[in-house]
Amino acid sequence: MSEQLGVMPAQTVGPYLHIGLRWPDGPYVVPEGTPGAFWIRGRVFDGTGTPVVDAMVESWQADPDGRFDHPDDPRGARPPALAGFRGFGRSETDGNGWYGLLTVKPGSLPEPDGGTEAPHLTLSVFGRGLLHRLVTRLYFPDEPAANAADPVLRSVDADRRGTLLARPAADGFEFDIHLQGDHETVFFAV
Amino acid sequence: MTTQDAPVSSGLVLPRYRRDDVDAHPPLLSPGYKSTVARAPKHPLIYLPQRLTEVTGPLLGEGRVGALDHDLTRQHDGEPQGQRIIVHGRVRDGDGRPVPRTLVEIWQANAAGRYRDARDTWPAPLDPHFEGVGRALTDDQGRYRFITVQPGAYPWRNHDNAWRPAHIHFSLFGRAFTQRLVTQMYFPGDPLFFQDPIFNSVRDPKARDRMIARYDHAGTTPEWALAYEFDIVLRGRESTPFEDEDDHDDE
Repeated sequence: MSEQLGVMPAQTVGPYLHIGLRWPDGPYVVPEGTPGAFWIRGRVFDGTGTPVVDAMVESWQADPDGRFDHPDDPRGARPPALAGFRGFGRSETDGNGWYGLLTVKPGSLPEPDGGTEAPHLTLSVFGRGLLHRLVTRLYFPDEPAANAADPVLRSVDADRRGTLLARPAADGFEFDIHLQGDHETVFFAV
Repeated sequence: MTTQDAPVSSGLVLPRYRRDDVDAHPPLLSPGYKSTVARAPKHPLIYLPQRLTEVTGPLLGEGRVGALDHDLTRQHDGEPQGQRIIVHGRVRDGDGRPVPRTLVEIWQANAAGRYRDARDTWPAPLDPHFEGVGRALTDDQGRYRFITVQPGAYPWRNHDNAWRPAHIHFSLFGRAFTQRLVTQMYFPGDPLFFQDPIFNSVRDPKARDRMIARYDHAGTTPEWALAYEFDIVLRGRESTPFEDEDDHDDE
């Protein structure tokens, strides 16, 4: 039994996170022009309904085949068939609290117990006033059957489940994040 | 044992990451730090069993780091003002295993305590030779190294006469989504700790001490730079998942 090392505590990214965390290609989970690509846009709000202008949203997702190019995917790491697919996105919020990510829909995922997870993105939210990142998930409104069977959505009270569903928008989907307040987004402990 | 070409509808065995102790991280609502009051969620976080999305993560490699990204003193024509320092350390998981080839991103104020940002307007000088941004990849042993200048303390408006202790922001990915961490490195003996609600938001004093770098005299470069060692531990894996897998029930 080796002794556990204590983990490093989290601290806020502060208001100037973009100094160190800005990448020109950050929002592009897939390159512009990728077939089937769409934008996910949304605003981050605080408990007073004020847009959060100094936040950052990061996304992580499977490729359209439901695979990860990662050694801990027990089905084996597999480079995505879709050219330029990175799986990861990062977007600061702008002066009105908007973030944006260009991506494609991930595939469904097998579950250890034989069930299936609906297509989803997992999101981290960072910002001034957030001493640790917040984790949430984004599900797609055009997947009602898969969503109804999704074990994570099912674990959330029905009256709050809607906070995890994106809305259709002109060029993709819209997904607002409410850190607090009447429509507080569901956040997870992972 | 799962193989690459097996059907995947069940029998999937995933690694699992230990949950952090409750006191390791600061509570999201820490009213001494005023910005948390309207931003911390009111509902408790919902426990999410780790699945494929959580146990994998972006492996962002060499393409992200330029030749001088680790040396914040050589990114401009001239040298920045201030005390030159080397900041180095190891990134490991909770079992002491190195986290190799992982991206470490840092940002900081300049020697006068000012960030290169239009919104940072307190009357301290900007340094034309200092951006305050660094990137490095850990090596096979999980080691990283930056060269930079000692950041200054700066005032903020959180409370009467509030000053942030000198610090460098660190961002790490680890190898899995569950290991993602943003933290701050502080300097030993800083007289401003007592009044800083961000540093003190971590309630366990031992956990708080982990955020303070160690002055490393052996690591200095004579007649050139002082050195600080800052080791970072990310969450470790559960040790059991590959043994108790037999049927199903990985909970």
